[in-house]
Amino acid sequence: MAKKNQSVAVHSSFLAHRNYLFLKLSLLICFISIVGYMWADFEPVRNGGTWYGYTLGTIGALLILWLTMLGMRKRWITQGHWSLKGWTSAHIYLGLALLIVATLHTGFQFGWNLHTLSYGLMIGVIASGLFGIYFYATVPRHMSNNRGEMGQADMLDEVENLDRLLRETAQPLNDKYIELVRDSTNKTVLGGNIFKRLSGRDKKCPTQAALKFFREELRTVDNASHGAILDLISVLERKNSLLQHIRKHIRFRALLEFWLYFHIPLTFALLAALTAHIVSVFYYS
Amino acid sequence: MTDIIQIAIIGSGPAGLSAAARAAELNLSHVLIEKTDHLSDTIFKYQKGKHIMATPDQLVLRSDVDFAAGSREDILERWDEQSKSADLNVMLNSEVMEITGTKGNFEIKIKGGKSIKAAYVIMGIGTQGNPNTMRCPGGDLPFVQYQLDDPNAYFDEDIIVIGGGDAGIENALGLCADPKLENRVTLLQRAPDFPKAKEANAKALMSAKNDGRLDVITQATTSSLEKGWINIDVKDGTDRLPCDRVIARMGSAPPRKFVESCGVEFSSPDRLAYPVLSETFETTQPGLYVIGALAGYPLIKHCMNQGYDVVENINGNTGLKPADEPLLQEKFQSLPGQNSVSEWLEFIRSQVEIFRELTPLQMREFMLDSNVHAKKKGDEIFVRNDIGSSLFSIASGSVNVHISPTDHSITVPIGEGQIFGETGLISGRKRNATITAAEDCILIETPRNAARKLISTVPAVKRTVDRIAIERQLLQIFGSGLTRDHLNDIIKDAEVSTAMAGTALITEGDDDTDIYIIQSGSMLVEKMIGDKNVFLSYVPAGSYVGEMALFEEGRRTASVKAAVKSEVIKLQGRHFEKLLAENPALKDKIEDELADRRAMNAYIEGQKSNFDSVADLYGARANFLIEQGLGEATDALLIDETLCIGCDNCEIACAESHDGISRLNREAGTTFANIHVPTSCRHCEHPHCMSDCPPNAITRAPDGEVFINDTCIGCGNCQRYCPYGVIQMEKTPPKKPSLLSWMVFGIGPGPGQADSAWVKKKLSKSKAEAPKKAVKCDMCRGIKGGASCVRACPTGAAIRVSPEAYLGLARKEREMG
Ligand SMILES: Cc1cc2nc3c(=O)[nH]c(=O)nc-3n(C[C@H](O)[C@H](O)[C@H](O)COP(=O)(O)OP(=O)(O)OC[C@H]3O[C@@H](n4cnc5c(N)ncnc54)[C@H](O)[C@@H]3O)c2cc1C
Ligand code: HEM
Ligand code: SF4
Ligand code: SF4
Ligand code: SF4
Repeated sequence: MAKKNQSVAVHSSFLAHRNYLFLKLSLLICFISIVGYMWADFEPVRNGGTWYGYTLGTIGALLILWLTMLGMRKRWITQGHWSLKGWTSAHIYLGLALLIVATLHTGFQFGWNLHTLSYGLMIGVIASGLFGIYFYATVPRHMSNNRGEMGQADMLDEVENLDRLLRETAQPLNDKYIELVRDSTNKTVLGGNIFKRLSGRDKKCPTQAALKFFREELRTVDNASHGAILDLISVLERKNSLLQHIRKHIRFRALLEFWLYFHIPLTFALLAALTAHIVSVFYYS
Repeated sequence: MTDIIQIAIIGSGPAGLSAAARAAELNLSHVLIEKTDHLSDTIFKYQKGKHIMATPDQLVLRSDVDFAAGSREDILERWDEQSKSADLNVMLNSEVMEITGTKGNFEIKIKGGKSIKAAYVIMGIGTQGNPNTMRCPGGDLPFVQYQLDDPNAYFDEDIIVIGGGDAGIENALGLCADPKLENRVTLLQRAPDFPKAKEANAKALMSAKNDGRLDVITQATTSSLEKGWINIDVKDGTDRLPCDRVIARMGSAPPRKFVESCGVEFSSPDRLAYPVLSETFETTQPGLYVIGALAGYPLIKHCMNQGYDVVENINGNTGLKPADEPLLQEKFQSLPGQNSVSEWLEFIRSQVEIFRELTPLQMREFMLDSNVHAKKKGDEIFVRNDIGSSLFSIASGSVNVHISPTDHSITVPIGEGQIFGETGLISGRKRNATITAAEDCILIETPRNAARKLISTVPAVKRTVDRIAIERQLLQIFGSGLTRDHLNDIIKDAEVSTAMAGTALITEGDDDTDIYIIQSGSMLVEKMIGDKNVFLSYVPAGSYVGEMALFEEGRRTASVKAAVKSEVIKLQGRHFEKLLAENPALKDKIEDELADRRAMNAYIEGQKSNFDSVADLYGARANFLIEQGLGEATDALLIDETLCIGCDNCEIACAESHDGISRLNREAGTTFANIHVPTSCRHCEHPHCMSDCPPNAITRAPDGEVFINDTCIGCGNCQRYCPYGVIQMEKTPPKKPSLLSWMVFGIGPGPGQADSAWVKKKLSKSKAEAPKKAVKCDMCRGIKGGASCVRACPTGAAIRVSPEAYLGLARKEREMG
């Protein structure tokens, strides 16, 4: 009875988009480039200066320009039947094809010059892209499992709740204790610089310190405060475990993002180098 | 007072005020009686600065009091001024408790003992009603209150909040928000959980309870109150709690009881019914008139026009045509023949079976909401699989139903005076046949809301519609193999009933053979495997279940339970047994159709031992989705979290394509087994949001999307009615600089919904004040390429699906894997 519904039929990941259409296309491009390279006989040297080299170079440059357009497509929400998933899929596979196309374009002539710099930058962009898809393909599942049924905002709300609870629970205790709790509520940092975020933990976390302290303290403390400290510990434990989840979450988000800090600037450097490369080739030849 | 006043007007809302102003203008002796200490309490209670709209635009205002779109403050101030300058005789702080007597000599009793005599009474008391009060002993003690104006006004008190609806929960949370006030707050709730509250509210309450900020006692009822204490009955006995203050938020009683006690009849026992009124708004109690929202007209302009008309009428001006006459005139213009409005109304009323019991006033109101079409022979009226939920009535001519999806020439006629389109209306699903005009005809098309109002207020209409629905659905199942006699037997014994979510219609192992037609809602089919209930399939409205037993001869092989509140028709199995015994050809035909389901059952039987955690997870996931409202959805946004990278491009795309406001909130919402249901419209079969929209601004488009059009007046009713919290009240933000100038020069806030700081800054420069309106997902209606959120997702995590397709798909995956 269930009718085929299109929106369901297209539920596939960006890697498997349209039954790996762009992977196939990309392999085809590589295959043709290699066969062409083998077949065409160039003397004295194989490099970008031959007609075949020009062809590969043009294809490569156009590909790079088109790959850069993804940044535009992502933000330019127009009408029409495009899908960003399709674009991403094509971006990845065609970007990888560039590895073959551009390498053959060089004719393996490397040196300390502008041309090789462009090539190196391109390899940099592609390498960072590879990191990117690795994270895109693996991190979301972990991130989802770590978060469970909570959203990011829920988790932060819950921290606030626990902080309030901490303050209330600590109220009857002495100043030294309250000071420690205040450190936990006021000085606990989430996030921070990229390395902190990527590490997913904070060795100097005041909440953890407070928890450790109160656990020790329990052995020596007088009977009067015993109950209150037990309560405090149970709230601190809740907060500590929540913080661990949040830091993990922040780590995952950072993983999904940080490679772009290489991918994008390198792209711009590549575009600049590429322009210089093309201008110089035409100027000097 | 001993004199008899000519006209007493009760309630000073727009309806009553306009009536009083007319009476003053005509120099009739009158009094305007108002419960509160100000005029027009309903509007007085709108939030501060609310922009009030004057819809419908085409309707002229006929009143001595001014009204045009504007802010709440301006309008109220204007009305206060005008009521003074026109010398209205207003009595504030006077709640009418009872009306006795008859035309020419009514006696109106006012709280506090006063009473007034009047020849005519006009009631315009709106539909707000009074808060339900505490009935237990001690319920009238001074520390019981029904409203909470300032949650910070109390200090160090034991406060009991009664009622677990949104009002009660919000009050309780407000009272304990500031721990410095040291109030000890307890919320009492009669039910075991909080079905009436918004999910977010219920969650916040439980979280506050877990943190010990307040106490919540469920399944508790108050047995008595005394100074300082409250006594309650709880699940396992009784309890006694200290109590300085009771805040009772137990909903409001609609004013119906009071109105009935004045001798006014309502059209039916249905909750939505209105008083029976003549064309001049006179009730079944002669001399007593009802106007305004209480009469079924929720827009201010209507209310005011009626106030005017009714007084003119009492004053003897019976020839006055209602202000909406030109609107109707325009409607009928497209029809052949030059009849007057009242002739057309009378023609339609007498022609169409279901309209015969309507009063001329109901007919008028109903036609204002409907459209008329003159169709030529052969014209298509709608096509199979169109989405549509309007009801058609044939005023003259006849139509053909093309019942076969493949052969266009097989038709069944529907004749003059009959209706069609009711399946779409009842189930909210696609049209199940194509209909064309068999000859030139005149059709009345009534949108869903007006049709539902008609069905619930006129019992005869409900009976007719039900009967026709059964007849036609049986035809759908059994084709033309049914004879009239069989039909009559089956219909005679059919029972219409409502199944609450979770109720079982069919229980595995039973040996009954009844068939159920699912009119609205949806069903889940489950089977016990080992000791687990495994989910088999999802059955949407417009289908039927239970027919297998007729062929399997034996016990029910699976259970069927309601996924959401559903309306079903139960048909007695024995009639079918007889029918099939007499008609072997029909039996063969249906058995063929069952082959699929049988294969499925056989498969499961064969795999019993292999059913492991995968099936479990699948079943659990299906249940989760049903809980999230997918059981009543037609199209929902889901996010596969194993693919979602959290880039929020879906939200950005939505905002970019919708006036800068995202209609989906990706983070919010719930998750289960990596499937996330974000806060975004489900385009419900029967959209709750449509329940009470004064201008009927929410409609379903031909492609199925539920959307809000420009006539929205921003009252927020839809937001309150939507159980999934997907509607926001927002102003349209200012225009942003172009994408290019942001990319190149960094000008403006960039793509997506602008942050509120930017909007504020920008708005502070312009003076124009935009009204807040309701916004929600419209499924990217009119945007080529469809759902922007889905198109803009870089990894394919965001998908929009219909529940049949999704639940069906998950099953396929499992069968293969
Ligand atoms: C939030 C909100 C926004 C809205 N926005 C708009 C809008 O923009 N445009 C629009 O056209 N419509 C709007 N409406 C609808 C409109 O406000 C109402 O339909 C309209 O006010 C109904 O008028 P009425 O005269 O019938 O009754 P009401 O305005 O409800 O007035 C009834 C009056 O009777 C008094 N009363 C009740 N019982 C008694 C009694 N026993 N004795 C004495 N007095 C009594 C009440 O105190 C009240 O003052 C909105 C409604 C809401 C809730
Ligand atoms: C020279 C080749 C390439 C260029 C110039 C290039 C350029 C870009 C640019 C400009 C973006 C847009 C970033 C943004 O605005 O958010 C982008 C995104 C991305 N690129 Fe590349 N890229 C190249 C090769 C690759 C390769 C080879 C891969 C994968 C192996 C890759 C993977 C990605 C991914 C996963 C994204 C993110 C898509 C998204 O989140 O929407 N790129 N790239
Ligand atoms: S707004 Fe809410 S009630 Fe209305 S269709 Fe969408 S999900 Fe359903
Ligand atoms: S759309 Fe919503 S806010 Fe607008 S008028 Fe209708 S119910 Fe009120
Ligand atoms: S379908 Fe369109 S309107 Fe609805 S949430 Fe997606 S982008 Fe927004």
